[in-house]
Amino acid sequence: MNWFTKTFTSSIGRKIIMSLTGLFLCTFLVVHLIGNLQLFKHDDGVAFNTYSHFMGTNPVIRTIEWGLVLGFGFHIYEALMLTLRNKKARSHGYAQWEAKQNSEWTSRNMGILGSIILVFLIVHLYNFFWRARFGTLDQDINHNDDLYRVVVTSFHQWWYVALYVAAQASLGYHLWHGFRSGFQTLGLNHRKYMPIIKNFGYAFAVIVSAGFASMPLYFLLFTNEQGALTSSAPAVLHQLALAFN
Amino acid sequence: MAGSNPNAKPMNLTLKVWRQPNRQTEGRIVDYQVKGISPDMSFLEMLDVLNEDLLHSGQDPVAFDHDCREGICGSCDLFINGRSHGPEKGTTTCQLHMRKFSDGDTITIEPWRANAFPVNKDLSVDRSAFDRIIQAGGYVSVNTGGAPDGNEIPIPKEIADRAFEAATCIGCGACVAACKNASAMLFVSAKVSQLALLPQGQVEAKTRVENMVAQMDIEGFGACSNIGSCAAECPVGISLENIAILNREFLTAKATSNHLA
Repeated sequence: MNWFTKTFTSSIGRKIIMSLTGLFLCTFLVVHLIGNLQLFKHDDGVAFNTYSHFMGTNPVIRTIEWGLVLGFGFHIYEALMLTLRNKKARSHGYAQWEAKQNSEWTSRNMGILGSIILVFLIVHLYNFFWRARFGTLDQDINHNDDLYRVVVTSFHQWWYVALYVAAQASLGYHLWHGFRSGFQTLGLNHRKYMPIIKNFGYAFAVIVSAGFASMPLYFLLFTNEQGALTSSAPAVLHQLALAFN
Repeated sequence: MAGSNPNAKPMNLTLKVWRQPNRQTEGRIVDYQVKGISPDMSFLEMLDVLNEDLLHSGQDPVAFDHDCREGICGSCDLFINGRSHGPEKGTTTCQLHMRKFSDGDTITIEPWRANAFPVNKDLSVDRSAFDRIIQAGGYVSVNTGGAPDGNEIPIPKEIADRAFEAATCIGCGACVAACKNASAMLFVSAKVSQLALLPQGQVEAKTRVENMVAQMDIEGFGACSNIGSCAAECPVGISLENIAILNREFLTAKATSNHLA
């Protein structure tokens, strides 16, 4: 092995790839969340469909998309490699194990949380990405693929919404540990900045997961099958809809 | 003595102790009763009482590691009630006193569990993996000749303090035992940063971290997932900041050293 492969197959090297891909995926979450906020716009999906058309056809975005595939790929691959290594490091467990006395539950269960997110990701990609990219969808008034319709229909199935909310809770816990852990792995731990990184990470975890979870809940609870607010929806949502259109 | 109570009632305890005749044979948990344990005894003295009883009744005493019994050598290494060195924070097993337990308690005592630390017998484990990591780079070379004057190399007090804090690691292995991944990162990071912080450590800085991490991986320790169990259970309070220093040292060395292999 040369020095390069030796570096990135060592235990610390694999962790460095985990942290770099993890933090890269965090930037993806921000873009994805901000873009999807257009689902809340009260225009029968016109803005959202224009946006998704752009994301699906723009050559720059399509190139970055490959980076995203690699980011997910390496993050999952290294997680597997590290988990196998860690399992091998202790083949005989303890009769009594009080890890809850010295560490957080999220920190010890990143693999389980990540696996839930992976299952979600496969379902999510199949339902939206695959159909938008390779399927035939109805056209909206601008002759864009009406992905908005797919979203509204999907989010009126309670079990689908339940899967989404559960996955976003897992994502929140995953980020709760993962964000600051990524900085620690890169050696970016300084007594001046670590408190800021930690608190930012906690806020990031809550805002991102709550933001994504709010979308399926919104459509299930407050809109009709066309995506319009129902009369029973809270008054504040009606006011917001008026204010932003 | 602080906390001692001459009128404290002796305790009767049930011990669940891991017994294993040798490396090759699988062991099991065996129950023992110990009676009349003074709350002022250390945990190891309580085990001495158990071993006296076992000897008197013609049974094989329980093997466990210990040496100075003053909390500074790092020899004692018991996993007590699911925690490294037991329930008290910042303490080695020899400095854990029976007053932390109550009459009638059941106490589970296991050896450190890590494939890199094979069980020799009962509760005694082989921690020579740590020695081999130190041999791989945990040293500085000193030239022969006239002894240099004291304080000839200026080192800021703050840096000296931080290096000393890292150097307090006694190599007991509580970090490995407590880690979900049986990772030795806290130990290796303390040993790397104690030298990396000082000018005397700069000469071998790059080879040191490369070789020590390589040896750590060869020994079969797990990887760090920044859980923090290690630092929480460390009897001398080695902080997670050292692991960040190790990661930094490793990345810099790998990127800039002249070793192509």
